[in-house]
Amino acid sequence: MDAILNIVNISKDFVFHHQQGTRLQVLENFSVKFYPSQATVLTGPSGSGKSTLLRMIYAGYRTGKGSIFVRHNDRLVDMGKADPGVIYEIRRHTIGYVSQFLRVVPRVSALDTVIEPLIARNMGESKARAKGKQMLERLRIPENLWHISATTFSGGEQQRINLARGLIAHYPVMLLDEPTASLDPENRKTVITLIREAVAAGACMIGVFHNRSDQEQIADRTLDMSGLKRRQEASA
Amino acid sequence: MTGMLNRVDLPLLKVQNLSKFYGGTIGCHDINFEVAEGEVVGIVGESGSGKSTLLKCIAGTETPTNGAVYFNSLFGFIDLCQADEILLRKINRTQTGFVTQNPMDGLRMNISAGGNIGERLMANGMRNYGQIRDIAREWLDKVEIDLSRIDDLPTTFSGGMQQRLQIAANLVTDPKIILMDEPTSGLDVSVQARLIDVLRKLVSRLKLSMILVTHDLAVARLLSHRLYVMKKGKIVESGLSDQILDDPREPYTQLLVSSILKP
Repeated sequence: MDAILNIVNISKDFVFHHQQGTRLQVLENFSVKFYPSQATVLTGPSGSGKSTLLRMIYAGYRTGKGSIFVRHNDRLVDMGKADPGVIYEIRRHTIGYVSQFLRVVPRVSALDTVIEPLIARNMGESKARAKGKQMLERLRIPENLWHISATTFSGGEQQRINLARGLIAHYPVMLLDEPTASLDPENRKTVITLIREAVAAGACMIGVFHNRSDQEQIADRTLDMSGLKRRQEASA
Repeated sequence: MTGMLNRVDLPLLKVQNLSKFYGGTIGCHDINFEVAEGEVVGIVGESGSGKSTLLKCIAGTETPTNGAVYFNSLFGFIDLCQADEILLRKINRTQTGFVTQNPMDGLRMNISAGGNIGERLMANGMRNYGQIRDIAREWLDKVEIDLSRIDDLPTTFSGGMQQRLQIAANLVTDPKIILMDEPTSGLDVSVQARLIDVLRKLVSRLKLSMILVTHDLAVARLLSHRLYVMKKGKIVESGLSDQILDDPREPYTQLLVSSILKP
C-alpha cells in the first residue's frame, strides 16, 4: 500500500535569540513513511523530537530542511512548502491534530467546540450536533455540561472534549500528542477503542502516549526516536 | 449585483510596496502582503510599529506615500490608491468595511442604533423603511444587541455594545472584507470574550475576509489564520498563526511571544 505520509530528510533546529543564541538541533536528516490503517506510537525521552515531528507534519512548526509529503485528494503536497490556502484545506479534511491541552474559547459551549471541525466542512448544524452528542456520550461527559463552556471543566473533562473534537471528523491522518495523560482508566479504555476504530476504518494514526499499556494497546508499530541525533550548542 | 468581474485566480487584496512617511518619520515601509478570500489575517506588533498606519492606508483614510493596494472588487482588480472618488465610495459602501478602534469614530452618535445600520443600506439605494428596519433588527440580533434598543442612541450603549453595533453597521451590506483596528482594546475582558465570540461566528458563517490589527496575541491566535509581525514600520516575520506563536524565528517575534502569558 502507498504511504499517506512520506517524510524525507527533514531537519529542525530552534535558535533562541534571547538566550545567548542557544541552538537546539531536534531532528536531523530524518526520514520515515506512514501508512493508512496503521497506528504508530512514537517513543523516546522528552526532547527527542516526538512532539516536534507531529507539529511539523501539521505545519504548526516550520520545516527547516527536507519535505513532508502528505497524500491529499490523490496528490502529494509538501506541508513545508504548500500555500496557506492548501494547508487550511488539508487541516479541514486530511490531517487532524489533538494536543495535550484543550485551547478553551470562552463562551463557546462544549458541544459547539466538539462539532467545529464538522461545521468547518459545511455539515448541517443539526446533523453535526447529533454526531457531537453521540461522541460526548461515549466519552461520558454529563449532559448538563454540554451546553456550557469548557472553561471551568476539570483537566480530564477538557481532555475528553479535546479528543471528541479531534476524533469526530475522521481525518485520514490523525496526530495525537499525549491525549490520554489525565484520563481515568474507564475513559482511557474508551479513547483507545475510538482510536482503534478509526485505524480499522483506514486512518493513519501517529501518537505520543506515555502510559506503557496505552502504547501496547494502540500500536501496530513503534518508532523509537531516542537514537536520533540531538545536540545542543551555543553559537558564537 | 450582476456582471461580476472579480477574478478567482487572484487574491482578494494585495498590498504592494506600500510606504507611508510623515515628513522624515516612517509610518510603515515597503509592505507587501496578500489576503485570500475567506482568510483572516492578523497584524501584530507593539504600539508604534505602524500596524494602524498600514490599516488606514488600506482603508483609504490615509494616503500612502508609495505603493498600491489592489482589491479584487466586483468592478475588477483595481488599485484603491489610484481609483477615482466615486468608484472608491461605491466600493467602501458595499464591498469593504472598516471597524475603528474607537466606536465613536465609526458610528454616528446622534442617530439611533437602527439608523446607524440602516444608513449604509440607504446609501446603497434601499428606500423601503419597513424592509430597512427588518434588516436592522436582524443584524442587532446577530451581534447580540437587545432589539428593544433599536431606537436608542449609541451614546447610551456600553463600549462593547457600541463596538458590536459598529460591526453590524459594517457587515449589513455583505462586504467581502472587513478591516479591524484593535477592536477589543478598550473593553473589559468579559466583554472582549463576547465580541470575539460574535466575530468568530460571523467570519465563519459569512466566509468573510478580515484584516485584524491587534497587539493582543491571544486574540490574534483565536481569530487569524495567518499573522504578520511588524516592528518599526516593517514586516519582520509572517506565517500561519501557530507557526508565528509556537515557532517564532525572528528575535523580535521571540521577544513578543515570550513577553506575554501563554496565549
